[in-house]
Amino acid sequence: MSEDKVLEIKNIRKSFDGNEVLKDVSLSVASGEVVSIIGPSGSGKSTILRCATLLERMDGGILKYKDDIAASDESGHMVYADKKELKRIRRYFGLVFQSFNLFPHYTVHKNITEPVILSGQCDAKQAGERATELLERLGLEDKAEAYPGSLSGGQKQRVSIARALAMKPEILFFDEPTSALDPELTGEVLKVIKGLAAEHMTMVIVTHAMKFAREVSDRIIFLENGVIHSQGTPEELFNSNDERLNSFIGKLEE
Amino acid sequence: MTLGVMIIDLAKGMLTSIEIFLLTLVFSQPLGLLVSLGRMSKNRIVSTVIKAYIAVMRGTPLMLQLIVVYFAPFYIFGFNLTGFRFPAIIIAFSINYAAYFAEIYRGGIEAIPKEQYEAAEVLGYTRAQTFFRIILPQVVKIVLPSVTNEIITLVKDTSLAFVLAQAEMFTIAKQIAAKEASVGPLMVAGVFYFIFNFVVAFVMERIEKKLDYY
Repeated sequence: MSEDKVLEIKNIRKSFDGNEVLKDVSLSVASGEVVSIIGPSGSGKSTILRCATLLERMDGGILKYKDDIAASDESGHMVYADKKELKRIRRYFGLVFQSFNLFPHYTVHKNITEPVILSGQCDAKQAGERATELLERLGLEDKAEAYPGSLSGGQKQRVSIARALAMKPEILFFDEPTSALDPELTGEVLKVIKGLAAEHMTMVIVTHAMKFAREVSDRIIFLENGVIHSQGTPEELFNSNDERLNSFIGKLEE
Repeated sequence: MTLGVMIIDLAKGMLTSIEIFLLTLVFSQPLGLLVSLGRMSKNRIVSTVIKAYIAVMRGTPLMLQLIVVYFAPFYIFGFNLTGFRFPAIIIAFSINYAAYFAEIYRGGIEAIPKEQYEAAEVLGYTRAQTFFRIILPQVVKIVLPSVTNEIITLVKDTSLAFVLAQAEMFTIAKQIAAKEASVGPLMVAGVFYFIFNFVVAFVMERIEKKLDYY
């Protein structure tokens, strides 16, 4: 059933200045699956996403989208696919950042349409229609001509989700999508992600929102010190007897 | 000499001043951008050479640079300098101002968070697309007030062309002042510079307002 796997990460290792942040982590994500990654700060959660989205080069391991190998160390040393191939592989995924990273000098509409047009997926008219449709779905239809600076954090994050979705990725990564938001604004973003889960969008979500992770995920991974400490369905993890896991979840749920 | 004749003479000189000003802007802005990119280059040799260039341009008087640029071809290669006066002035001003603009641009480019590059990369922008579509427009807005400052200084610096006896406004004002034994022409030249800069400041303010859309 390997063709069902959208993302396959095997034995990845990553160090920063001799500090080993990821030690041999493996993770596959099946089509339609929602995986949450939880764990304390510095456990390597975001680094996994950064390696998977090619923002960081891994030191060892295999990174594969469907049947396309982006990087592999099977030959004995780390080899990345060539530039052209990586450009193609980038089309598999989208990434929603903690700090939104919208382009401030573009309207909401242009933020969403320009990447689509530049990628050659469709012309300006079709990209515009795609943007309008997405904005309507995310309740932002009246913000199309607004600039990001005039939006609330929750609106910005919804726009950045729309921007990622407009590229029609096969898998969407979220790097702590609500961590930069006021508590009362997290709800609107989480609702959008839940909506996507209901439509069977394949997603990997790094989050500190435990209740949300429990509701939305098919599988939760608890990462600590650069290794997967435990993983399973939300029920398995939240009813686990593991002391370390319980203390982490307990700490955040209070 | 009547005031009317003097003003006409100075106005003629002013045309040359404006010419120096505009040509310097046209050449030094793109050159400054290139220099700033070289200054930030990961190639050690490139960045060191550019750093030295900027240090010399900022560390020595523009007046001296004008003299060096004008006379160097003669002293080094024995070239005939006929007709080289004006080009020499434009070259000296452009390479001098490019150094200042480069440092301003560098400040602007470094002020753009690295996440902007990352967002563009994930969305499939090429490096050139990222720079020209995402980074540069934001940099322009950031650096505009500092660029305005430099441009206003440039208006006044055009008077340094007198050192090569170029017939721009200040050179002419000095000649008339010497002939008439009066500071009047210099005062009038001062008024001309002021008006010139008033216009420059007005235009830059309009541009700044126009860029204030986000």
